[in-house]
Amino acid sequence: MTDTPDTEEGIAGIVREAASAVAMPLLLKGGGTRQAMGRPVQAARTLSLAGLDGVTLYEPGELTLVAQAGMTLKALDTLLESENQQLTFEPSDFRALLGSTGEPTFGGAIATAAAGPRRLRMGAARDAVLGVRYVNGQGDILRAGGRVMKNVTGYDIPKLMCGAFGTLGVVTEIGVKVMPKSEIVRTLAIGGLSDGKAISALSAALAMPCDVSAAAHLPETVARELGFSDAATLLRVEGFETQATYRIETLKEALASFGPVEMVESDPWVAIRDVMMFAGDDRAVWRISMKATDAPLLVAALRERIEVEAFYDWGGGLVWLACQEGRDASEGVIRQTLAAYGGHATLIRASDSVRAAVPVFEPEAASIAALSSGLKARFDPAGILNPGRMRP
Amino acid sequence: MIEMPVPDQRIIAKRDDLAARLRRIVPAEQVIHTAEELKAYECDGLNAYRQPPMLVVLPDTTDQVSQIVKLCAAEGVPIVPRGSGTSLAGGSLPTADAVVLGLSRMKDVMDVDYDNRTIRVQTGITNLAVTGAVQPDGFFYAPDPSSQLACAIGGNIAMNSGGAHCLKYGVTTNNLLGVTMVMADGEVLEFGGSFLDEGGYDFLSLICGAEGQLGICTEATLKILPSAEGARPMLFGFETNEVAGEAVAAIIRAGLSPVALEFMDKPAIVVSENFAKAGYPLDVEALLIVEVEGSDEEIDEQLTRIEAVVAPFGPSTVKRSGNDIESAKIWAGRKAAFGAIGQLADYICLDGCVPLSQLPDVLKKTAELADKYDLKVANVFHAGDGNLHPLIMYEANDPDSSRKAEELGADLLRLCVEKDGCLTGEHGVGIEKRELMLTQFNERELRQQMAIKDVFDPAWMLNPAKVFPLSLSTPHLEDRRAA
Repeated sequence: MTDTPDTEEGIAGIVREAASAVAMPLLLKGGGTRQAMGRPVQAARTLSLAGLDGVTLYEPGELTLVAQAGMTLKALDTLLESENQQLTFEPSDFRALLGSTGEPTFGGAIATAAAGPRRLRMGAARDAVLGVRYVNGQGDILRAGGRVMKNVTGYDIPKLMCGAFGTLGVVTEIGVKVMPKSEIVRTLAIGGLSDGKAISALSAALAMPCDVSAAAHLPETVARELGFSDAATLLRVEGFETQATYRIETLKEALASFGPVEMVESDPWVAIRDVMMFAGDDRAVWRISMKATDAPLLVAALRERIEVEAFYDWGGGLVWLACQEGRDASEGVIRQTLAAYGGHATLIRASDSVRAAVPVFEPEAASIAALSSGLKARFDPAGILNPGRMRP
Repeated sequence: MIEMPVPDQRIIAKRDDLAARLRRIVPAEQVIHTAEELKAYECDGLNAYRQPPMLVVLPDTTDQVSQIVKLCAAEGVPIVPRGSGTSLAGGSLPTADAVVLGLSRMKDVMDVDYDNRTIRVQTGITNLAVTGAVQPDGFFYAPDPSSQLACAIGGNIAMNSGGAHCLKYGVTTNNLLGVTMVMADGEVLEFGGSFLDEGGYDFLSLICGAEGQLGICTEATLKILPSAEGARPMLFGFETNEVAGEAVAAIIRAGLSPVALEFMDKPAIVVSENFAKAGYPLDVEALLIVEVEGSDEEIDEQLTRIEAVVAPFGPSTVKRSGNDIESAKIWAGRKAAFGAIGQLADYICLDGCVPLSQLPDVLKKTAELADKYDLKVANVFHAGDGNLHPLIMYEANDPDSSRKAEELGADLLRLCVEKDGCLTGEHGVGIEKRELMLTQFNERELRQQMAIKDVFDPAWMLNPAKVFPLSLSTPHLEDRRAA
């Protein structure tokens, strides 16, 4: 059964009803394109946010947008495009990767903290969020944060909601900071570098005051998927005309020792954002957040134990890994190897049975797990909001 | 006057025993107990409120902090964490039955990693010292509160501090990657790390800006960024605040991203100019200082565009800095503003935030309210993000003037909330805005926030009596103790 209320009160009513019933958990749904992320949720009732799809406020001169959670990213992009603006965190679209259909929504991008390549320069969803309206697990309609650019009035619940996968509240409306689109956007590439050299090149580029807005490395097999003939180390440079030209020249000079720096005509960033290189096969896909300079070491260590394909975003701080799914998506090997470096691994794509069997999110130390359970119990005492999505 | 809870005499009775036990954790001279020395800790930047604590302890290590917190937890003694004591909101105001845990000795830079652009520090280090540690190698730490020479990173984390340059680089929470935190029971936990995202819930988001109420951060990993090659400002004068406000919105809308966009109103211009002789025009109502950074050519390109965007608003003064000397001159008045006003009168510095579109109206109403209370208010603030800093001038020695200043401050903050803004953009709630929280949020919303404190600090021993109105937190705590 799916309910699609078109008011916040309607949502709150359903949550209250579920909270007072015996074992009536709710599966929260936006566009349904990311339902295969996290652990599978067992719920008889689905609460869809699709009915809440309006824009509450858009002030281009204040770089501020407030919209309801069910608004599609497509509609949002169209709106922002009309003012030559964009979301700061470049949210991903995982339809191809996850084999889902529907339209990704604003709320879904916030709940799953779906940040793309620009996260490196402009931050994640949490860094863009100014305020939220949400319904807690008791059906109270609550606000947190606001719509202004700076706000330290009370604890930062809006950021907490980002990446909480709807387990702490039903977010109904989100205010975010948006940003202007750049006049000029260019991609620079160095070909044929080893993973280690490539990350050194990206670190060198990011140490220059050039506001590099994306930095990725695609090893050869991955790069070929995007039409490159060899491994590709990529940088995105933006700005006004003089500025962009100057930045490109500065980077070319700084990176000369790594090899010739070429301008790339096609835009690889959407494919990188959406992990298109791993779409359309049946391997398990992991997303690993770690220290950039350790990333090639992790990948090399893993290659000694299992067959993996990897590429790097965020200057190396984000590793996308594909491996055989098997019974456990190599969870043990990957987390054990990662432990030597520090960071965390999230299983983004695998069958329901594998995602139910292995911890999708990095297991927490006992004391941190107690804090997580404590927060869950305080926001959703009846445990009805997306139960089991993040932890059993 | 803002009320503080009645100190618990049973705790105060244990003072000497507690001091003796603290001396077993840290060297004797790091436990401060004489009335004379405790006076140095009786207030922070909100110096209208003063209360010496029971004791002050100054640890050197995370382990010592953990032992101190364990001892205080076992004895039921509240702890007030303190960085450098520069809070303008009373964030580190002690109570008579509290131990102040000062971070002032914990100033080490523990690691600098240029390849990953991070720095690991103890949280007692000053904000400016973080930049100082990496500047010779061409890097800086972005958040730059105006107290940066003195304020500690621990306090920056507690208040989620901003600064003039956060328009481009974000505030503390956007530049904080990980912390070591001593929990209310003394356990030491790590949150985040030297990578970009946390796994699981985003605890760092809660910790940053929680005013030291969820734990005591003893170490932090911060992002550092490559320094720009240069920066130069431009100065514009306008005949009305309205037009200046419109020009700000136009600059932002045009996709120009200045690193700083500062606004001064007439009273602030006059006081600063008399003091600093910066060459500000005295026949304008509002001044904007717009700074951009980059190489010389980049700067020129951006300033030319900004000038063109502002031109239709008919600025009566346009001054463009061509070199460092001219830049310093343009900034001189702005930088001297608080000091200049301080020479004329005592002042309260407010910190409300409003949407840009509301700026002109808020400034107009601010002047009306100031007239009503017969007080002078100067406005110097970060216009790009709508973060107002009205400076209310008053006579601290005159109780009537003090009372009026406090009432006017409350009225001005209510005005910010009415205009869809908030009580505090970067100073924090502390005690100053605690009772006003109910104008921003309803009871249920605040209860949901208090529930977060319950999870981290079940007995409410860390920086109690801050952030939440006593009318809510006192019965809440009594209920918890009864249960």
